[in-house]
Amino acid sequence: MGSIDFTWLIGGPQGSGVDSGANIFSKVCAEMGYRIFGKREFYSNIKGEHSYFVVRVSDEEIHSNVNDVTLMASFDAETIFRHFNEVPKDGGIIYDSDLDKTTTDEVLTLDNYFKARLHKELESKNKPFTIAGVLEIAKEKGVHLYPVSFREILSNLAEKTENPKLKGLSRLFNVLAVSLSLGLIKMPLDPLLQSINSIFSKKPQIAEINKQAANFAYDYAKSKFGNFPYALTGTTKQPDTILVQGHFGTSIGKMVSGCRFQSYYPITPASDESVYLESHELLEIQNDRPGSTIVIQTEDEISAMGMMIGAALTGTRSSTSTSGPGFALMAESLGWAGINEVPIVITLYQRSGPSTGLPTRHGQDDLLFAVYAGHGDFPKIVYASGDIEESFYDTGRCFNYADVYQIPVIHMMDKFLSSSVVTCKRFDPQKISIDRGLLLDKVDGEYKRFAFTEDGISPRSRLGLDDGVFWNTGDESDEFGHITEDPQVRIQMMDKRMSRLDLVTKRVPDDEQVVSFGVHDYTVISWGSTKGPILDAISILKKEGINIGFIQIKLIHPFPSDYVKSILKNAKTIIDIEANHSGQLGKIFKQNVLREIDYFILKYTGRGMTSTEIYDSLKKIVENKANKREVLSHGA
Amino acid sequence: MALKLADYKTEVHNDWCPGCGDFGIVNALQMALAEMGIERDKATIFSGIGCSGKTSHFINTYGIHTLHGRVLTFAQGGKLANPEMTVVAVGGDGDGLGIGAGHFVAAGRRNIDMTYIIFDNGVYGLTKGQASPTLRLGEKTKSLPSPNTNYNVNPIGLAVASGFTFVARGYSYDVRHLKDLIIKAVRHKGLSFLDVLQPCPTYNDINTRDWYAGIDLAQESMERHSRIYKLEDTHFDPMVHYDDETEVNEKLSQALIKSLEWGNKIPIGVFYQNEIISPYSTRLTDKIPNYLENPPAKQRISENGLPITDVSEILDSLRV
Repeated sequence: MGSIDFTWLIGGPQGSGVDSGANIFSKVCAEMGYRIFGKREFYSNIKGEHSYFVVRVSDEEIHSNVNDVTLMASFDAETIFRHFNEVPKDGGIIYDSDLDKTTTDEVLTLDNYFKARLHKELESKNKPFTIAGVLEIAKEKGVHLYPVSFREILSNLAEKTENPKLKGLSRLFNVLAVSLSLGLIKMPLDPLLQSINSIFSKKPQIAEINKQAANFAYDYAKSKFGNFPYALTGTTKQPDTILVQGHFGTSIGKMVSGCRFQSYYPITPASDESVYLESHELLEIQNDRPGSTIVIQTEDEISAMGMMIGAALTGTRSSTSTSGPGFALMAESLGWAGINEVPIVITLYQRSGPSTGLPTRHGQDDLLFAVYAGHGDFPKIVYASGDIEESFYDTGRCFNYADVYQIPVIHMMDKFLSSSVVTCKRFDPQKISIDRGLLLDKVDGEYKRFAFTEDGISPRSRLGLDDGVFWNTGDESDEFGHITEDPQVRIQMMDKRMSRLDLVTKRVPDDEQVVSFGVHDYTVISWGSTKGPILDAISILKKEGINIGFIQIKLIHPFPSDYVKSILKNAKTIIDIEANHSGQLGKIFKQNVLREIDYFILKYTGRGMTSTEIYDSLKKIVENKANKREVLSHGA
Repeated sequence: MALKLADYKTEVHNDWCPGCGDFGIVNALQMALAEMGIERDKATIFSGIGCSGKTSHFINTYGIHTLHGRVLTFAQGGKLANPEMTVVAVGGDGDGLGIGAGHFVAAGRRNIDMTYIIFDNGVYGLTKGQASPTLRLGEKTKSLPSPNTNYNVNPIGLAVASGFTFVARGYSYDVRHLKDLIIKAVRHKGLSFLDVLQPCPTYNDINTRDWYAGIDLAQESMERHSRIYKLEDTHFDPMVHYDDETEVNEKLSQALIKSLEWGNKIPIGVFYQNEIISPYSTRLTDKIPNYLENPPAKQRISENGLPITDVSEILDSLRV
């Protein structure tokens, strides 16, 4: 990594402004030219439970988080109890000195399982079960401690600004923590004030108070805090950089791709996308009147699916966005879209299952489910994006696949992606193409919706088109779309639909199917959001002289068996990395490539993988010290 | 070229049982389309699953035969994306008030400008006569092993409570009256609901054509006593005339009370109509002014294979 590789963590009870604190911090670092990789962790809770945000900052390209936290900014006790161990020697902890005596029992949101583990550690080191106790451990390790009384800062601030209301304003704790951090790492003050301005642009009075607090805390850190080995004073800005949140790739991708109808039912972590689309429902169109996206919040996911299909039948590019439990409800209609050759895009933001599982945590649990969803044999595409930037362009591809092959497309995303905040290259809409396939603008002569053709794809009319009348049914149908139970037509129709799977693997360009980052004796196969941490891990290994290959499989269904087989012919050891329990891609790989997976690196704690964890496991594999299943567990 | 009734018929073989009440409904629907002169390619019939689900194949307009219970979801999506299209959704009472009851209620809340017709016969015909949601408690139609243990759903009452703005009941053996009701329903600006009493000659041996005709009553009194009577022949006024809470509540409660009438006197006709409540399209145009002129199905999204949606303002706001 570059000269700066710095990880900052902020934590606090849900609802205390952890997110906006992290946004301010990320924006400041990004404005100063750094690359950002941030991720948010939170409970399924509205207020009170522990949430935290880790932001990794570097002057080189980064794609992941790491295990170590260089600087922790805390304003409550729970953050210290849960994360003090993540700060290594030479790292720092900013904390509220008024909390010194707080015991673990006083923090009601500390669950017993965690407490038991912590108590064991404290007991073994002969420390009291208090903040002072855990901080002693940190100090002994060589961590710099920066105590500050948040209460005192606020009363000093109130005095200085002659605004007594500020005295007990704990809502400012997050801004104080951010500003103390920025002061400590010697970041310039200006971008901090600008960032506050932009975040509170609609509330100038609140912006003003926050700026006063920021100024005060920033100066406080500079004058009162001792030395800290890390300084982030800025670096060369990369051109055309944007700071994006997880769902921006798919939501802006949908606008650009011409998706004009989205139906959804609220579910974590998918609904942010729909809400964003609705808040940008009016669209600017080049040389034309304004366009719009109709976003409908439905009564359930079954309805979301039905409405999307209904809209798609009018020729509108239509989609929904959901997560595992919602997708489970969509399975029946998915088959309907399959048998009726309706182009739809389901953006599937996975989370940890089964059932409600870990509702706000990460998982790549639904790959096999997506591939096999729906009863009966019908064709579909399952396509997976590896990062936010990629997901923008992939959204365009998914709509094209849907239209060209007249087939439902499931676009695999996940919670790791949805709750990341990263810098990336500005999305380029001109790199998205729009191919509507055989969608008709007019119909001549007798029209048959499911006319038999050479490649099995029939010209597609749309509801309301002049002379384009057709029928659809969930029953088996003839060329017109009328019900038939004729055994010969059944064969023809099944063959017509299913032949599409081969067309997809034949016609979709290779580099859209699989991305190869090199193949070596040891080669990783993976899919989706593990891409970032894998890339970072193998790049560190490369610097140590260990070459590890990596192929990212994007087209999971239909599986590009021959292509994958040929890419991997020189790989001796195959390592499958996935955030699920059973190594789902591994199963698909084995079934299609007829080759065993040699090692699995799996994680199913609900927390995303760090590159540190992958690095450690890969190293163990290369040194022949690994188990066949390496199970990762980092993260609070 | 003016369209004739025959233009709305397909050549698809109709395999409903002889004497099925569904024939009357499909005829009335075709007659209504012809009378309104709606072009074949400007209407879509969405249907659910079951005998009534086949309706869309018998009508020569766009026809979408959907899934059990889900017809309203498909129909609403189609109408929202292409609001110029006339949309009629049809399905059985099991489809709409059993498995699809959630969608029924949610559709009422939206009030999208389309029509929903329930073929109401009290049984699940295609699966051999199990009790459906409108069958009354304690009734035992012929293929039930024991009398029905569930209370019945009141379709009119549920529609009124859910926010449908046109609520009516027809009878499948009074085809002309039903045709007129369908025309009123389609012309109504908002979500219209038609509960059509439809004898199932094979499985419902209680609410038969003879029963509706009051043959049993006639035997008692030696004269004809059809159970069916028309609301419009009484002083019943279903219309909400002005935007006033008392007026609305009065019309709602009168519809509900009327809907409870059953037994020897069964009302058909319009129970409730409210044109004051905004249709969904108005709610959309409030925030998307050109929605109706430039709906999703009509929007241009590309030129020469490249996108024309300008997101530069959004991307600029994300720039660092």
